[in-house]
Amino acid sequence: MADSRINLAAATRQGEAIEVRISIRHAMETGYRTDDGGKPVARNVIRNFACRYNGVPVFAVRMSSGIAANPYLRFFVTARESGTLDFEWVDDAGARGMAQAAVKVV
Amino acid sequence: MNSLHNVFIRSLLFAAAALLLFCEAHAQPRALPLGVLRSGIEFAGADVRGMQADDLANPGFLWVERGEKLWREEASGASGKSCASCHGDATASMRGVAARYPAFDAGSGTVFDLEARINDCRVRRQKQEPLLRESDDLLGLTAYVALQSKGMSMAARIDGPAGAAFDRGRVLYGTRHGQMNISCAQCHEQNWGKRLYAETLSQGHGNAFPAYKLEWQTMGSLQRRIRACIFGVRAEMPAAGAQELTDLELYLAWRAQGLPVEAPGVRR
Amino acid sequence: MTRPLSRRPISRRRLLQGAGAWVLVSPMFAGISAAATQEMPAIPALVSFLAGRSPRWERLRLELPSLADNGQAVPMRLTLSGPFASGSAPQSIHLFSEVNPVPEMAVFEFPVTPPKVEIDSRIRLAGSQHVVAVAVMSDGALFAAVSEVIVTIAACLDGS
Repeated sequence: MADSRINLAAATRQGEAIEVRISIRHAMETGYRTDDGGKPVARNVIRNFACRYNGVPVFAVRMSSGIAANPYLRFFVTARESGTLDFEWVDDAGARGMAQAAVKVV
Repeated sequence: MNSLHNVFIRSLLFAAAALLLFCEAHAQPRALPLGVLRSGIEFAGADVRGMQADDLANPGFLWVERGEKLWREEASGASGKSCASCHGDATASMRGVAARYPAFDAGSGTVFDLEARINDCRVRRQKQEPLLRESDDLLGLTAYVALQSKGMSMAARIDGPAGAAFDRGRVLYGTRHGQMNISCAQCHEQNWGKRLYAETLSQGHGNAFPAYKLEWQTMGSLQRRIRACIFGVRAEMPAAGAQELTDLELYLAWRAQGLPVEAPGVRR
Repeated sequence: MTRPLSRRPISRRRLLQGAGAWVLVSPMFAGISAAATQEMPAIPALVSFLAGRSPRWERLRLELPSLADNGQAVPMRLTLSGPFASGSAPQSIHLFSEVNPVPEMAVFEFPVTPPKVEIDSRIRLAGSQHVVAVAVMSDGALFAAVSEVIVTIAACLDGS
């Protein structure tokens, strides 16, 4: 499965806003559903999502079952210098997801 | 002079018969005339329309990417071939394919939907296990192939050997089912556009499948959507891949003739 | 003999169809939180979070549809309008649900001040309810916004 898909502008002028969009594959299992046999399906949602820009934390989300399955986020960061946006998330089961996107600042 | 006249008359009659046969195959009476057809997206709210229109916000593309990766992967089976080994670049080789599915498969003598076609290739050509219906892998491959027809008009064929399946599908569509004793036609032909609780009944087309349905919180096939309706009227549930489901899929594809393929779609 | 189209009265069915469609569509545009004075929904988790503080009902916008297509995924936009005075930078935005089993839905955090605070996501709502957003600034100032969403159940049980 594609763990995630990221979208951001090919290049941004320094000081301007970069629109960052990410779509993450995760069931965000609430823990309130039951399977076909009637057994409850254990809760497993992404708890922490963090975005770092060249290592500097710039945006984070603490999530719960209140965020829809296959989370979608759109947010803005200031274009400083070219480099990398690192995304990382951890769920209740301790599974980590990671993604990266190149940032070009002109 | 007489024989020439006879030949002329006979040719005319022959041509007329051929034309009639051809027309009959395509001139099945339509409860919903082509000009009246509206995709399910037109009955969806702004939320769903926005999600489908935006490739990044559309969760279906997560499955498309999975399919794209699987397309290129070596097969685990004896053949060692990937889809790409035979079919090359899907954006070229698969263009227009989903738009004419379901389609009759001469090898098996049955009508295949896209999922069955993919599995047939896996088993017979790649020499590997078929994928389970509604598995992420099969949904991914189906979504990836269907994407290559996005925007193209649905054009499934119902003539020749596909005719029997089409006829069965049409009968099924008009037959009352389940505890609620309702037929597909009663909702989707006689009452589309009207409210059922808080929802507006669509015409029940399958042009957006496989689709990410918000209710499912995941991607699903058209067969799954049909099974959901069958559950809704409290009818006996056919097994995944059952012939009656493929018959219905073919009938639906004909019903939706001309509508654009919207896969990967988003529905509520 | 059929009357010409222009002289046919609009059938009641057509009128109801059109009205139904409009009723379905028009609430989409009305889901923006009201500014000025607001009553804070009595969500216990929110009350304890506020700890007696009173947020101002300005600058923060919480956009949700008035009528959700499906409670499993409801598109949301949070906007905190600037400019941000020095010493009062946005730190976090907390999202509270009136009805969900987990009332604290999410916290959006800003380790650095963003160029603009505009966040899109999709939330889950367990039923019709109010959703409250509270923005916390570095100087302790609080801004709040509330939105009411109607969530209907699907017309048919799915079971697939």
